[in-house]
Amino acid sequence: MDGYSLSDLFSILVMQGFSGLSLFSVLLLMALGLAIIFGQMGVINMAHGEFMTIGAYTIYMTSRFTERHFPSFMPYYFIVAILASFLIAFFVGYLLEFLLIRHLYKRPLDTLLATWGLSLILQQVFRSFFGAREVSATLPDWLMGAWKPTPDIDIPLNGLFVMAMSMLVTAMVGLFLFKSKWGLKVRATTQNRVMASAVGINTKMVDRVTFAIGCGIAGVAGACFTTIASTGPTSGSLYIVDTFLVVVFGGTASLFGTIASAFTIAQAQSILTFFLTNAMGKVVTLLTIIAILMMRPEGLLRSKVRR
Amino acid sequence: MSNTMFSVSGLEAGYGQSKVINGISMEVGRQEIVAVMGRNGMGKTTLFKTLMGIIPAMSGEVKVDGRSLDGMEPFSRVRNGIAYVPQGRMIFSNMTVLENIQTGLPSGFQGNQVPDDIYALFPVLHEMRSRKGGNLSGGQQQQLAIARALVTGPKVLLLDEPTEGIQPSIIKDIAKTLKEIRQLKGLTIIVSEQVLSFTMEIADRFFVIDKGRFVYQDVRANVDESIISKYLSV
Repeated sequence: MDGYSLSDLFSILVMQGFSGLSLFSVLLLMALGLAIIFGQMGVINMAHGEFMTIGAYTIYMTSRFTERHFPSFMPYYFIVAILASFLIAFFVGYLLEFLLIRHLYKRPLDTLLATWGLSLILQQVFRSFFGAREVSATLPDWLMGAWKPTPDIDIPLNGLFVMAMSMLVTAMVGLFLFKSKWGLKVRATTQNRVMASAVGINTKMVDRVTFAIGCGIAGVAGACFTTIASTGPTSGSLYIVDTFLVVVFGGTASLFGTIASAFTIAQAQSILTFFLTNAMGKVVTLLTIIAILMMRPEGLLRSKVRR
Repeated sequence: MSNTMFSVSGLEAGYGQSKVINGISMEVGRQEIVAVMGRNGMGKTTLFKTLMGIIPAMSGEVKVDGRSLDGMEPFSRVRNGIAYVPQGRMIFSNMTVLENIQTGLPSGFQGNQVPDDIYALFPVLHEMRSRKGGNLSGGQQQQLAIARALVTGPKVLLLDEPTEGIQPSIIKDIAKTLKEIRQLKGLTIIVSEQVLSFTMEIADRFFVIDKGRFVYQDVRANVDESIISKYLSV
């Protein structure tokens, strides 16, 4: 680390830390959806990354459409587009559960294969529709630029926006799960599917809606993703491995575990890749996670109640 | 009997190839409490699970208040007036007592309000409403499981071995509460048990199940305790 002065190091840490926060935000949203789906149905959705891509392409399409037909609406379109990415990903997820996943609940290995196949199919569909080249949405002006607290430190506004967005969605998911009547049904089904049905909860409907919400959140992750990178057919699959890491590392016992785990992994990668190479950063992160999981197989946080 | 609230005819069920319930029929009247007595492995729990639709019936019919529950999922059966307190209570252990009760509340306009009469029956649940269900004692969990079943607004209440793993003083309370519930809510109650002293306190009629069949039945006044005891001993 020679060649860096102390104040350089500080600026690097702050900026890399912040870029880690942007990564954290996207990972968190991805992992939330995946964790909810896995926690409740035991389904490992290999196509989860593609729902993120769906969200990202939705932003791209809305941006093109607005540019062409309602240029005056450009400063505001992004907010509407985020909603649209949630809804479209939700709807596709709902259909997918109805057509495919629900037939495979008792065969976890088959779901793994089926959703992996689906992810390949979706990637090809994206390629046919949008081309193999990466595309970028035109971001509204207020998302451009940076905040400069000191001359050496640049905090990009889009990163701040992504963070705010993921905090908002996480809070909404928390409220939904712990304060709403639907959330109560979701949690009861997650804990004991048979008993939930035996107290009158339509667990099949709960499954379908939960799956769709998980996919919808991935859509929002995709929407956020467009503000920090450009979108290609395989954008989502690049995130899926890290997302799985977050879920496994955090443990499925609690929302907080997922948050802590996303934060740790994103920060470790972001800061390590600056000082080491990209690959080495990942290797060190992965080894650390493996070591921790060997000591705590259930993940960072586990539930403390007797079962 | 026009007074029949719950009827089972020719019910057969089991797991895979092996049949556990071998043709069970019964008729239970309005506000009647009946006991299904039998040793472990004779089919009590399988019978109840089949009545709830958790295990599919191979043949036979179950009716609540004249309506057939054939082919219904458990949740639809609950909406048709049958409620279930399973063996081992199956409390949602990570959820609070209040939330456990709320899972049983039907969706609709009444919101998430637990009816006052539930807390009147089980004051301890009101005291403990913010505790995690998993941290209650066995007896408290049993009360919670009964409360959770009652808020679904049933006509028929099934209890699978409610005294299992519960201390004798609490068993007395449960017996008292069940009789109270029958009075207050006009419920039909079917309870499976191995403990004869408990069912002698509450039941109007007795069935003995052995290898998936009813081998003895009689009303309380004529019941021969020695016959039931014979079937209950190993």
